[in-house]
Amino acid sequence: MKGIKRFFYRSRGDSPFKRVLIHLVLIIACAIAIYPALRILSVSLRPGNRLLSTDLSIIPKDATFENFRRLFTEKDFLLWVWNSLIITITTATIGVIIASASAYAFSRWKFPGRNAGMVFLLSTQMIPAAMMMVPIYIIAAKLQLINTYRGLALAYSVTSVPFSVWILKGYYDTIPRELEEAAMIDGMSQMGTFYRIILPLAAPALAIAFLFNFMNAWNDYMLARIMLQKREMLTWTLGLFRLQDQFQTEWGMYAAASLLIILPVGGLFFYSSKWLVSGLTLGSVKG
Amino acid sequence: MGGLTGKIIAQSLGQVGSTLAFLILVIAVVEVLLYLILGKALKYRYTLPYMLIAPAAIGLALLVIYPIGYEVRLAFSNMSLRSFKNPEFGLDQAWRNFRMIFTQPVLKQAMFFPLFLRTILWTVIQVTSHVVFGMCLALLLHRPMKLRGLYQALIIVPWAIPQVIAVLTWRNEFHFEYGFINIMLTRIGLNAVSWKTNPFWNFAAVNLTNIWLGVPFMMVIILGGLQSISKSYYEAAEIDGASGWKRFRSVTLPLLQPVLTPAIILGTIWTFNLFNVPFLINQYELETSDILVTALFRAAFEYNRYGFAAAFALVIFAILFVFSVVYIKLTGGLKGVYER
Repeated sequence: MKGIKRFFYRSRGDSPFKRVLIHLVLIIACAIAIYPALRILSVSLRPGNRLLSTDLSIIPKDATFENFRRLFTEKDFLLWVWNSLIITITTATIGVIIASASAYAFSRWKFPGRNAGMVFLLSTQMIPAAMMMVPIYIIAAKLQLINTYRGLALAYSVTSVPFSVWILKGYYDTIPRELEEAAMIDGMSQMGTFYRIILPLAAPALAIAFLFNFMNAWNDYMLARIMLQKREMLTWTLGLFRLQDQFQTEWGMYAAASLLIILPVGGLFFYSSKWLVSGLTLGSVKG
Repeated sequence: MGGLTGKIIAQSLGQVGSTLAFLILVIAVVEVLLYLILGKALKYRYTLPYMLIAPAAIGLALLVIYPIGYEVRLAFSNMSLRSFKNPEFGLDQAWRNFRMIFTQPVLKQAMFFPLFLRTILWTVIQVTSHVVFGMCLALLLHRPMKLRGLYQALIIVPWAIPQVIAVLTWRNEFHFEYGFINIMLTRIGLNAVSWKTNPFWNFAAVNLTNIWLGVPFMMVIILGGLQSISKSYYEAAEIDGASGWKRFRSVTLPLLQPVLTPAIILGTIWTFNLFNVPFLINQYELETSDILVTALFRAAFEYNRYGFAAAFALVIFAILFVFSVVYIKLTGGLKGVYER
């Protein structure tokens, strides 16, 4: 009893009733937040003949890994993940390299057109992605980039450049110029200071930018849907959608595939969430 | 195994490798040219920054500016699946396209203005709920107590799940018989709801899903803002005898402004443009749940009316543009861009 009392009396001068209420609200919020995710786990463990059931328990009584086995033997799950990975990594690498260079220019020089460039970068963020789909699809069709890795990788890498430039510029701005000036007095060239001093110091921001680029391409559905149609080119978002689209009996395999995607990506997310948030506020506070 | 074969791996690596090689070659040529023309011939002092931004500038010109220009051109045509190879261009085609947007159904039945109003309703519902729920949770979490870290980690889960998975999972759970929502509703004695076929409930389903998805992000942003507010303000307010609500109104809200305003503006634009949730939840493609961008996608890729869709896209863009200009005029929001 004493333990419980102390538990609720820890902060401020709030009454125990109020404190119980706060915990209760937070517990309900947590339940709402994670229950749908737990349902994925539960459905993925159901045996095939019980996929359609009104059971609400999280670990079903006769749990099996049957769905996972079928996912690998009957579906192209690994292929989807491979396609996504190769497109995404190419995208993020190109995007970050391009953005890190131009962000440096925006941060260190007042060249003619700089302000217009920054406004342009910002305004690209307001263009609805759906609006770009029609021209990009038709141009890609004419250039025969439909059903290629290259078309998607190029399209994705450019779409996240403005945002990366914005984040990186904000971060470069916080690095004192004296560092570079000192190095240049010691005889290093401007590009040398960028490569040897600025880039290593900006490693956290580069990681954030890489992650944003990665997530952006990894989670995309719309562009992939119009650019990729062949079975062996599907990314995981398209593959999952196909599993979903077929008969209800695929529900188990869909859940298994989702779980396998969520675990690494979710882990990465939690690992990096602190930096993600600071990266989001970085540009706005120090812009 | 999983459809992945050595041949596919080799093929994809080859394609990526050749793309990278091509890019490096193009960039190298451009840089050398810039160096020779600006640096050597003209001795221009801003040669280096222009060389640094050249790759991004070229990329954006080819993949953002050129497509927008192409879109304007398409809006002046009657391009569709039938006339894909030889569309007609002309002012009369543009006039026809733009007139059709406002006078005829954009899809089968959905007219432009109901769609527009629904998009506004959707944006208002979403942004308000995200801010209100996010604010409540952030205020609750912004106090010393046990289990705080655990609560925070669990509440962020919807943000951590890839959006497509979250949305498709919700779509499953809106199933009439086997989705957990209807199962729970019937267990507490209510009627099951036909989330997928009833227009009202379908729109509600889209909204519920996106509230679930969007609150954690707003909560994290607000929590970050709360943590940056110095405690001394609250102590001063307390000495002045300000009640809890008063403290919130006159200390918390004004000091949150710098964080809250950009979050709300960005949230508005993102929600207005959001595609995945309204498109994927709406399994039976009810036009009564479409918002402008999903209608645009359907007009282009299900009805294949490319010229018409291009004109439609320009109209949507104009709406966003007006919104942005009004916002910038009201707040001077671009000032931060120029300052350094």
